[in-house]
Amino acid sequence: MSEKKHLIYRPERECMSRDELHAWQSEKLRETVQREYDNVPMYRARMDEKGVKPADIRTVEDIKYLPFMQKTDLRDYYPFDLLACPQSEIVRIQGSSGTTGKPIVSGYTRNDVDVWSEMMARTLTAAGCTKDDKVQVAYGLGLFTGGFGAYQGADRIGAMVVPMSSGNTQRQIMMMKDLGVTLLCCTPSYATYLGETIREMGLVPGKDLKLKAGCFGAEPWTEAMRVHLEELLGIDACDIYGLTEIAGPGVAFSCLEKNGMHINEDQVIAEIIDPATGEPLPYGESGELVFTTITKTGMPMLRYRTHDICSLTDKPCECGRTFARMSRITGRTDDMLIIRGVNVFPSQIETVLVKTQGVAPHYMLIVDRVNNSDTLEVQVEMTEEMFSDTVGHIENVRRYITEQIKSVVGIHAKVTLNAPKSMARSEGKAKRVIDNRKL
Amino acid sequence: MFIKQLSVFLENNPGTLRAMTELLGKDGIDLLALSIADTQSFGIVRTIIHSGQVDRALNLLKENGYIAKVNHVICAAVPDKPLGLSSLLAVIEKSCLSVEYMYSFLRAAKPGTAHMILRLDDGKKAEEIFEQNGVVMLSQEDVDGM
Repeated sequence: MSEKKHLIYRPERECMSRDELHAWQSEKLRETVQREYDNVPMYRARMDEKGVKPADIRTVEDIKYLPFMQKTDLRDYYPFDLLACPQSEIVRIQGSSGTTGKPIVSGYTRNDVDVWSEMMARTLTAAGCTKDDKVQVAYGLGLFTGGFGAYQGADRIGAMVVPMSSGNTQRQIMMMKDLGVTLLCCTPSYATYLGETIREMGLVPGKDLKLKAGCFGAEPWTEAMRVHLEELLGIDACDIYGLTEIAGPGVAFSCLEKNGMHINEDQVIAEIIDPATGEPLPYGESGELVFTTITKTGMPMLRYRTHDICSLTDKPCECGRTFARMSRITGRTDDMLIIRGVNVFPSQIETVLVKTQGVAPHYMLIVDRVNNSDTLEVQVEMTEEMFSDTVGHIENVRRYITEQIKSVVGIHAKVTLNAPKSMARSEGKAKRVIDNRKL
Repeated sequence: MFIKQLSVFLENNPGTLRAMTELLGKDGIDLLALSIADTQSFGIVRTIIHSGQVDRALNLLKENGYIAKVNHVICAAVPDKPLGLSSLLAVIEKSCLSVEYMYSFLRAAKPGTAHMILRLDDGKKAEEIFEQNGVVMLSQEDVDGM
């Protein structure tokens, strides 16, 4: 065993043998498939089309016979057609940006909120959180799952929650210092920004601040960033993974070994597939991550394709947990970008541009990270309709595009107007994104 | 009385203005007046040329991938001496018009006068007010004769 003190929220689950887990997962999978088949016409039709009946799914291994679900399903059956229960059973809605401007939403029953809260309680416990801790939630509290997830997890443990939501850095630091906050939850880039501001203010972590750990996620980050953050704030920096469709943050989390993220396998079944063929791949191989929820009752997801690329391992971990671990996300199988924790699809920007009269859909997205904050520049080619002899008129068009992007995508973009035909016209799929972030 | 003006969109990069003016110059198009409105990312070049060359210039620019437009502006004559401009601006101010932009000709149709090219928020009203206040405006023929 390592010298680190590993805290485990629910050892009887998190440390159950792989055999016990297999039996548990198989039973829960059967229940979920039956529930889905009986209550969600779309999925029933999809199973019928494949010639699969609920009775065909007996063990975890049979999962490969089930049809996939996709993000587009959440758009096409928005907002409630994927519910496997009456709307009156839903106690919460969370959402994230979809692919075309409408958000995707997920409905949670009381059970689902409990399941999610427990996953986040396990996550925070793995980072060293107990009821004696003070947890600052600097994820946005709203439709975005980050804020509520962290709040619920800390509340479940009985820790003191400081629900700051995102932004207002000076006030975040003041509260952190005055209340003696010990655990920070936010995006890794915001944690870095907070750390640098703390240093600029002349505060010394470990002396002026009592921070000991942080749970960071909602955007991709690197091992180098972890090392930097740990030094900057004098903390253990742990990784969280999650997505609204499955629950929210806490679907997987790193323990203090910081060697991959444990997947809450008593709540979800994780698979790695070949994104081209859909065929399952063995442990150790890199491919697309697919999740099946097995305890959710509101909006269960069966074989949901995340489009995230990673690998899995079931090798035992020093911490004592038996749950398989996923590696860092190394890429995407689609063109989704994560900018300041927000999912951004180039097609959303394109929709805005096409709707703006006279704007040609020739555009380029330039993503960068400046002072630890992601920036998005949208370069748009000028058209005759947009052009005028007065600066004011052109600036109004530019401002309008900026506002529309903000309202559809949810983040501020710097819009610049370029000369016509200045962007490369490629055959086939155009290159629309230049990501200069060093990840 | 309005005269034709050619506006061209340029990216704010080195060499773009030279390339554009060279394209017109090589075709014998004479720039009688020129101004540049610049913002951080782009510029608008406004220029006055002889009306007989406007269509040719516009086609040439479009063929070469530029975005260009022709619109109409007022050209007012003022005395070419200190305070020569202020009497014109006083007329504009009194009538509650506002100037969107203004620049001047490189040469004069008559010695002792300067010619101001103006775009006002309400061109039609400006024309009437200038006429009522005795402001001398150049016609397209005056410009073509320069």
